[in-house]
Amino acid sequence: MTSADLANRWDSLIEPGRVHGSLYTDPDIYAAELERIWYRTWVYVGHVSEVPEPNDYVLKSIGPQPVIMSRDKQGQIHLLLNRCSHRANLVCDAQKGNSSAFRCPYHGWTFSNTGKLLGYPFNSGYDGTALKSELGLGRVARVASYQGFVFGSFAQDGPTLEEHLGAATDAFDRLVRLSPTGEVELTAGWLKHKVKANWKMLVENETDGYHPQFVHASIFSVADSGIGELYGDKSVAVCRDLGNGHTENDLRPEFRRLDQPLGWFGTDPAKVPGYVDQLTAVHGDNTREILIDGSPHVMVFPNLFIAEIQLFVIQPLAVDETVQHVTAVQYKGSPDMNRRMLQQTIGSVGPAGFLLADDSEMYERNQRGVHARTPEWLTIKRGLHRERRDENDHVIGDATDEVPQRAIWKHYRSLMEGQ
Amino acid sequence: MHATSEAAGMRIDTDLLREVEQFIFREARFQDELEYDRWEALWTDDGVYWVPANGDDTDPTKQVSIIFDNRARIATRIKQLHTGKRHSQTPPSRLRRLVSNVELLGEGDDGQVRAGANFVVYESRERGVTLWAGRSEYTLCRTPDGLRMSYKKVALVDNDRALYTLAFLI
Repeated sequence: MTSADLANRWDSLIEPGRVHGSLYTDPDIYAAELERIWYRTWVYVGHVSEVPEPNDYVLKSIGPQPVIMSRDKQGQIHLLLNRCSHRANLVCDAQKGNSSAFRCPYHGWTFSNTGKLLGYPFNSGYDGTALKSELGLGRVARVASYQGFVFGSFAQDGPTLEEHLGAATDAFDRLVRLSPTGEVELTAGWLKHKVKANWKMLVENETDGYHPQFVHASIFSVADSGIGELYGDKSVAVCRDLGNGHTENDLRPEFRRLDQPLGWFGTDPAKVPGYVDQLTAVHGDNTREILIDGSPHVMVFPNLFIAEIQLFVIQPLAVDETVQHVTAVQYKGSPDMNRRMLQQTIGSVGPAGFLLADDSEMYERNQRGVHARTPEWLTIKRGLHRERRDENDHVIGDATDEVPQRAIWKHYRSLMEGQ
Repeated sequence: MHATSEAAGMRIDTDLLREVEQFIFREARFQDELEYDRWEALWTDDGVYWVPANGDDTDPTKQVSIIFDNRARIATRIKQLHTGKRHSQTPPSRLRRLVSNVELLGEGDDGQVRAGANFVVYESRERGVTLWAGRSEYTLCRTPDGLRMSYKKVALVDNDRALYTLAFLI
């Protein structure tokens, strides 16, 4: 199929209330997504706390692309492709470390952590030194960060990161506001959870408020959890289209109604007095409200899910294979809260998690099911008749509505159709 | 604790070794055959069940783990499996594991025994077959009911890589 054929197809695949099953299974569509979404728009790569010191580096990815996130000795962050400019060997094989340079193991070519080619052995074998200036490491064209979250875009031009994030910047602001130092750290390591499913099954599930009562009924019942009620028919929580494919389950209306500080985290201030004192020292009288509102539940298109106390990074590897990376949010300087967030994360997510093992089972069953020939379409009409706009003119719906899924597909279509 | 089998040619307590082997083989069978309650009954009241990620010796109070259950969380895990709505185990995986290289690693005056064993688990689900390999280390306590686990650590060979869902008892 040519790209022109594809360009004419989106009309017939994506409608306001339904999407075609082949969007999850067609390798040509997946290849087009890599070019038009993953290798063009802003994609989340890593956090500054993962490379805290000069010359720190860590291996990251943009979809299937291997990326080195490095901090040079001046402190600037670079996103480099892990591919020697000579014979394409991987120049870095350690998951993380500290080094001012990467030396390719194949023929000894050496690159600085800014991507510059520093030298190669037996240099009389090349005519002059012009190669040096031409053959640096490949790099992600644009690098930008917001509240310490580093994003990359392979496109030379396009919207700025803040333009891309738009209303979703508020999610990052709310996340770091819960840290008494105003900073979060992603220092607890990552669980890597692999599924045989298309990446969009994951993206759409992250802000699907309809599934928790069913997929997670087992853990909600035995752990006596109130989470299910937040996504019930009686809940006053809303879901929201934040624009640019970013979506939200906004539980604040429900938390405000319940009026319990730290209720969102299933605890109360008496259990974490040190943290509450720290936060009060910064926010004074506003602390109670901050602790009632809790942490955001926002899917930043296409790959960063801010899930209250966890961060998920979605990495497509093939049309039907995706890895979900997840870590616990840690508030810089709040050990009592961090310990609890880590232990709750270990219980909930990753391959054996009380929640995510079952989400992952759903992704994989969706992927098997979507191969069935009929009815061909997936329906995303829930709440279409009761969509409304909030005070910021964002489309919102009830807690269990499919406003987020419609928002994701609308943005997806605009990217896939774009030139 | 004193070493019982580290030095070559050192005499080992074969009765104790056989007792520990039988315990570990029985635990494996309970896991494979979904005998959840009988498996849970193998734990002491302060049992800790740990499956580290990203290496075998991380600090589970600072770093993520695949599983890091205290006794209460072990009970929650079993209750969740019993609901019949643990979708990642409904239907359950078909499982058989081979346990080998059982070694006594130490014995304490309080009757505690440390032991290690290697394993391979063959898991069959709708997704396909997944092989899980690793090493388990146990601290076993002598109780009126026989040996019981107070600690089990499962170091998966692949624990630094992306893993499929691991919702059965490893």
